[in-house]
Amino acid sequence: MPCSDHISRRQMLKGLIAGAPAVVLVTLFPKLAFGADRTHGAKRPLYAYAVDTSRCIGCCACMRACRSENDVPEGRFRTWVEQFRVRANGEVQVDVAITDNFVFTTPPAKDIVKAFFVPKLCNHCEKSVCSQVCPVGASYESPEGVVLVDQKRCIGCGYCVQACPYGTRYIDPLLHTAGKCTLCYHRITRGGLPACVLACPKGARMFGDLHDPDSHLSLFLRQRRYRVLKPEMGTKPKCYYTDLDLEVI
Amino acid sequence: MNYVFPNEMHVTWTVMIVLYPYITGLVAGAFIVSSLYHVFGKQELKPIARFSLASAFVFLLFATLPLLMHLGRPDRAFNIMITPHFTSAMAGFGYIYSSYLILVALEIWFVMRSDFIVRARQQGPLAWLCRDLILFNTEDTPGTREADHRIVKFLAGLGIPLACTLHGYVGFLFGSIKANPWWATPLMFVIFIFSAIVSGISVLIFHYFVVCRINRWKVDAECVKSLGRYLWGFMMVAVALELMELLSLAYEQTEATDVLGHLIRTKLFVSYVILQFMLCSLVPFLMLGITALFRLKDRTTYLLIWLSACLLLLQVLLMRWNVVIGGQLVSKSMRGFTDYFPGIWEKEGLITAAVIFTMPFVLLYVFHRFVSLFPDVKKNQPPLTEV
Repeated sequence: MPCSDHISRRQMLKGLIAGAPAVVLVTLFPKLAFGADRTHGAKRPLYAYAVDTSRCIGCCACMRACRSENDVPEGRFRTWVEQFRVRANGEVQVDVAITDNFVFTTPPAKDIVKAFFVPKLCNHCEKSVCSQVCPVGASYESPEGVVLVDQKRCIGCGYCVQACPYGTRYIDPLLHTAGKCTLCYHRITRGGLPACVLACPKGARMFGDLHDPDSHLSLFLRQRRYRVLKPEMGTKPKCYYTDLDLEVI
Repeated sequence: MNYVFPNEMHVTWTVMIVLYPYITGLVAGAFIVSSLYHVFGKQELKPIARFSLASAFVFLLFATLPLLMHLGRPDRAFNIMITPHFTSAMAGFGYIYSSYLILVALEIWFVMRSDFIVRARQQGPLAWLCRDLILFNTEDTPGTREADHRIVKFLAGLGIPLACTLHGYVGFLFGSIKANPWWATPLMFVIFIFSAIVSGISVLIFHYFVVCRINRWKVDAECVKSLGRYLWGFMMVAVALELMELLSLAYEQTEATDVLGHLIRTKLFVSYVILQFMLCSLVPFLMLGITALFRLKDRTTYLLIWLSACLLLLQVLLMRWNVVIGGQLVSKSMRGFTDYFPGIWEKEGLITAAVIFTMPFVLLYVFHRFVSLFPDVKKNQPPLTEV
């Protein structure tokens, strides 16, 4: 073989130095290198959730449906319903139905002036602090805006549980990894509804695509005034509540 | 009225997470004492310079054990280094810990190279081990010792910011959790660094006196008094920072003030107010102040310094408990508190914690049997009948 076909050490080093920026670019900025949108023009949905608290009757059918749909372990909750009771002296009593048969157990006082129910679940925040603090990237946001946990990667450190301002995460006692509401991702990606939405007899829980202006959720949010929980945390939650009292945190 | 979110009935970070910052604090503090001699030339600390470096090393070896006991999936522990997620402060743990471990191991190697060479020239399996340790280079001249000393000085200097990083990072893990009002303060990582130094000096004083007592060695007065003065200074800063944090909390009157005030008055009253501040901060502050400002008999000074060290060791442990557990007792609903009692025999229980905490001391003893950690004491000061 002629000598000119050989790559000299100098040429090799030059090639490596020239190629290094390309490798760094592709590694650090994959979106820049490959293009941000790989959906071939189709707009991805952006899923969100809304709760009309004035409709909730505290039947807890949503909690039952969630537990059976997602095999949620005993003593842990992906969703729950809070019962607020305001007494004449302004004292607020909060109860939650976490018994085996999902009933509220606190006996009512005689001087209650106001009472209502508030369903709670993961807020699937736009700036999810739980995903931010996960040291191994097991907590992440799906392209549809759903905050999920990769059970095969989670190390069970519990940092996300501490970081979530809404108390919606837990460490699964069987899997020893973090657990949380997935908006029934296995259902919604096939065009279905989350189990809790489907089970609610009063339509207090709503789910839909924010990118679709004609979706039930988009129409609802255009027609009603709403707020989110703990907006001061800066997490930009995607779970919207209507008719929410100041007592609710 | 007491309401906590349903998932908050189980405290996620247990006594293992109390132990982890406690042990890393001992590491950082002990290392800084050794650096005071190696870098800043504080000759009065020479008698315990080796001992403090070895203490830092053995505690560092066991610092990850509480974390492994705590992790739900310890088999995936190395994911934190293999697939780090750099938006998380915790992702830096593997790298910070590893680099610090390498640095401390290297420093120990250079400090003790001459001793390894002496052992390598003897017979037996330990000599074989020492020959491997010194990489079969038995050259031990004033020139090589001078070179070793220069490298040790460089490594010790580099180790100070790294020690502060290791422990400041632990404080930052807590201080950056905005969801928890008891943790979320930028002062947290500074408090952690100073309390680490306090605990490190305390454990050295405590252990040094115990070792001297057992071996019937004479305590080096200058060294102990100097450590006592350092301890007094650092504990004042650490406690002042904690009080400043408390003061701002009370003065700002934020949404969290009421619930945290209630936490301090009820759930943490004994462990925080009575034990951490009254007994374990105020009493050592007075005792160390007396030893620093007044001329006392040596025996009285030693007793006061040793008692202060014991109380401050407990103070820092209580501080870790009050931060880690206390923060989790407050519900994010801001309407109530949960409870936590560590089990005795469970995986993350008190027996496990005690065993993990004892292991570094056992290893330190083995280390001492291998290479003397108090060479000056043995050579210059024969055993006395009285301490």
